[in-house]
Formats: sequence, structure tokens, C-alpha cells
Amino acid sequence: MGMTLAEKILARAAGLETVKPGDIIEPKVDLAMSHENAALVINQFMEVYKGTGLPENVWDPDKIAIIFDHRVPAESAKTANNQKKVREFLKEQGIEKFHEIRGDEGGICHQILPENGYVRPGTVVVGTDSHTTSHGALGAFAFGIGATEMAAVWALGKVLNIEVPGTIKVVVTGEFSPLVQAKDLILHLIGKISAQGANFKALEFHGPTIDNMLTSGRLTLANMAVEAGATAGMIPSDAETLKYLRETAHVTDEVELMVPDDDAIYEQVVEINVDNLSPQIACPNMVDNVKPIDDVLGTKVHQIVIGSCTNGRLDDLAAAAEILRGKKVSRETRMLIFPASGRIYREALELGYISDFMAAGALVMNPGCGCCLGIHQGALGSNEVALSTTNRNFKGRMGNAEAEVYLCSPPVAAASALTGYITDPRNGGN
Amino acid sequence: MQNKILGRVYVLGEDIDTDQIIPAAHLVYSLEDPDERKKYGEYALSGVPAALAGLPNGNMPFIEKGKSHSEFSIIIAAKNFGCGSSREHAPAALEIAGVKAVITPSYARIFYRNAVDGGFLIPAESEKSLVDYFKTGDQAELDFINKNVTNTRTGESFSVKELGQVSQIIEAGGIFEYARISGMLQENTHA
Repeated sequence: MGMTLAEKILARAAGLETVKPGDIIEPKVDLAMSHENAALVINQFMEVYKGTGLPENVWDPDKIAIIFDHRVPAESAKTANNQKKVREFLKEQGIEKFHEIRGDEGGICHQILPENGYVRPGTVVVGTDSHTTSHGALGAFAFGIGATEMAAVWALGKVLNIEVPGTIKVVVTGEFSPLVQAKDLILHLIGKISAQGANFKALEFHGPTIDNMLTSGRLTLANMAVEAGATAGMIPSDAETLKYLRETAHVTDEVELMVPDDDAIYEQVVEINVDNLSPQIACPNMVDNVKPIDDVLGTKVHQIVIGSCTNGRLDDLAAAAEILRGKKVSRETRMLIFPASGRIYREALELGYISDFMAAGALVMNPGCGCCLGIHQGALGSNEVALSTTNRNFKGRMGNAEAEVYLCSPPVAAASALTGYITDPRNGGN
Repeated sequence: MQNKILGRVYVLGEDIDTDQIIPAAHLVYSLEDPDERKKYGEYALSGVPAALAGLPNGNMPFIEKGKSHSEFSIIIAAKNFGCGSSREHAPAALEIAGVKAVITPSYARIFYRNAVDGGFLIPAESEKSLVDYFKTGDQAELDFINKNVTNTRTGESFSVKELGQVSQIIEAGGIFEYARISGMLQENTHA
């Protein structure tokens, strides 16, 4: 009997011939990622060993990656102390996949992992961050876990007692209209199947539209799979995956591609044609409250954000620069741009995008999670509205329970910055 | 693990996300420090909009101002409880506030596993949404032997699902204890 991509990866990682949905397995982990919440994982890790008399050593320092991104640079003494504690632990344990608060190597964890070649097709990746699903873009089985579960992974190198998820196949056909893209597709899908439509399931993306999509767009899709509740969101690896790993991630060693079996059994098939898809907007206060842009055109916006693990990549910035170049951000709004990594920032600098943004009146911030989760920069005032390329619009998400967040693609964000209200980029931002 | 949990019920709607359970601004407190830890209880469910806090009427605070322990120990909610971030502080905050169990027809996976792995609370799944059958303040009896929950005010009982695979972790008291009991912490840890 054939297996889906999730089943194939998990069977191999668990040392089994085959697995089926509902099987309980303990798969080996190829990469375990944490950000600042590694501080909490460290506490729990020490707890694991209490009373065992065993040395407190992680199972494999080469398979742990730590990236500071949620609160960079530290906004308080408390955060700085947490970061300090993590640095000390990494030194003690010999963990070298550590990305500091630096312009050469830093950035958002879900960008740093792929662009440094840490994620490979067919592997199991866990992260103490819900958007760890991102790495399914490279054909990995990647999912978010809590700090306690991660402490057990650090100790044992495997995830304990987890279920093999059933898989929903998403088949995407058609060609995007200009200025419509991966973000609109994933918002449309979440609206269609709901915020819990894929709870405890894997999403596996197929179809010519996906075949033609670059890894950056695939990262956007897999990133937001969790907003439909999916355990993992995966794109089977292909020639594009290999090209990304070689040319962008500069991977030189052997790469094994892995695809699902032809006779794999899917629990559900969802078909989407993007030929006539318009820009999609997730309206307050749930990610599945998705409407075509026509329904919300003209909504006044006080803060516009481009960035995050969802849409802070170079082509996202390029799309925004194209729209903003030589124009001005409306004085009725303000605009913040967070490149997803130091590398993307430097590339955007060389290509002139950063200058385009600043000259237009947008403020370019340092790489990191920024205002996405409302704890660091760019909080909203009461009754203010944000339009953002990030991934969540829960009440209070941008630091104020009396504000609202709409989610959109980078072209919509950029076009709306010129007017100060939600604007269709296909109308040239006018 | 107890066979029964008896407690006062706090009723919530659907899609209670982790920002409502514990807003990100409060994630700075230490879970180790006994005083700071209480803050998680104090701010548990503080992100729920007032009108939806304590259904059916709303405007019923989960926790009295200035306290860190709630009079409600069972949460009954509609679908997709715990969606959002991987923050373990979400089930931890509920536990610190005194919650023993949540009963909902569906969970977001990461919250569900965090609740189980940390031994914070029992995530029970009801067959259907029970939001229309309980009012905030009712007394509920959650019975794991008979797999049901009873509203002691109305006398009505509703079935809850088997805990399934995670019951081993719950029985053990969390993922570390599960690993110890399964002998993994001896075998696999490199000495």
C-alpha cells in the first residue's frame, strides 16, 4: 500500500517499513530548532535529568539550531538575561548552529534554516514555534512542539508517542494573475477549509501551480499551513527544491529527493484553481475570516507591515519596491518593513530596495519577528487598524486588544501604503 | 490520574487562541520563580474579549482582579481550543490559575500536546460542543471511567472520547515521567 509524503518520512524516521494514519510512533529527529524560548527548553531539559544521575548533555549538538528572532535586539533586561543564559548553554553544549543578533548571520528562524541549508527533503524537523511547518516547503516533515517536548528531544533525539497524521492533498491548478501570489492562495485555502480544517492532519501540495512556484512562495504556503490547524504542510521535493538548496542555500553534499507514492491514500482532496483568484484578505480576528479584496476595499489602515516568516523574503520586498519606488507612503498611515534575514536585508540593499522604501517614507527595521506578535516593536494604538503580510490576526496580536489586524500579500500591503486604505494593487495603487 | 474531576465551569466560545489564553506581553515572567509564576494565573484568559468571557452572558471575569487563582476549574469551550502559537505558557497559565480540565470538541494539536506533555491539565474531547448545555458557574463532573461529563444543575450527561494514545503520558504525569517509566532515560542517554 502506498504512503503519503508524511507517512514515508515518518516510517523511515521511526525505522518502520510502513506506517498508516493513527499509528503511534517515536521518530528520530534530524533538526531541532528553538528561538529565545530555548531558555524555557533549557529549564525543562535540566528537569529531565533530575534524579537520574546522568550527565546533562544534549543528544547531538549538530542537530540543534538556535536563532534569536522574537525579541531582537532585546527590549528589556529580562529578555537580555534570557538570551545570555541561552548563549552560555550553547557554549557548554558545543551547539554551533547558533545565529546571533548580527547583520551577517541573523534573522527569523524560519528563514535562517532554509537559507543555510539546514533543512533537507525527507527529514524530520521540530521547532518550538508553531510556524515550523514552513520547512515542509523543502519536503521535510516539520512541526511545532512545546518547550517540554523539545527538552525530551534534546535528551533523546526523538519525538515521543506521536500519531501519524492523515494527509489532505491540495491540488492547485491555473496561473496567478499579475500581483496575485502564494499568500493569496494560502489565505484562500484557509478560508475554504477553516482554521481547524486540517487539525492533526498533514497538508500535501500538488499540481502545476505548485510545480511552477519558487521555494520562497512554497515557504509562504507551508508557513501558514498551521493556520488551518495542520501538523505539517508539505511540498514534495523536486528540481526547484534542489535548485534552491544548491543556488540559494549553497548546499554541496548529496541531496536525496523524496516524493509520495503514486498509490498513496489521502483522507481528502481539495482542488483549487487560481486563474481567477483575486487578492485575498484575512479579516479580524481569525485567519480563516478570509474575503476577496473587493469586500474590504477602502478600509482605513493606520499601520502597514511587510515582513515575518511568511512574507519577508527578497521577492516579497521586490514586489513592494516595485510599487513604492518613486512614490510616497500616505501621511494617513505609517509603514514598517522587516526583512526576514540579514542576508535578505543586504541583498535588498544592493538592489536598491531599502533606499526605495526609505525614500518613500517606509521605515526599514532590523531583521526579526518585529511587530508580528506584539511584544517588541510597532504596537498599535486603540481602535487602530493594521494591514500586514504576517500570519496571525488574533485579537491583541499586535500588542493592543482594542486594535485590529488584516492579513494580506506584499503587493496589497504596498499598494495600500500609498493610499492609507486597503487598495487593490492591480489598480496601480490609485 | 484521578478518575473524576468535579468543579465549577467556565464557558467559552470557539477558536480560543493562545493570545487569548495568555497574551504575548505576559510571556516574560519566569515559570520557576514562585512569585512571578503566579502572574500567569493572574493573566490567564485575560485576552478573551469581555463580551465573550464566561458564556452565555459574558462579562464574567475568569479571575478576580489581583488574584492568581480562579474559582473555575473546568473550561468548556466550542471548537478549536488553543489554536495559535506553540507557547507552553498557555496550558501552564491555565494550570496555575487552577484549571484541571478543558472540554471541547476539538483542539489545536500543539496546545493539546503541550497540555499533556507538561502534565498541565487534561484536554478532554466531547462528542459535540457543550457550550449550549452549560452556563458559567455550573458544577460539572467529568468522569473518565464512564467517559462522560454531567451538569449537576440539569442532571444531563454528555459523552467524552477516550483519551487514546496520550493517556500513557497523562497517567505517567508528563512526558519526562513517561520517558523514565519506559526506560528511555537510561537506555538512550549517552553516559
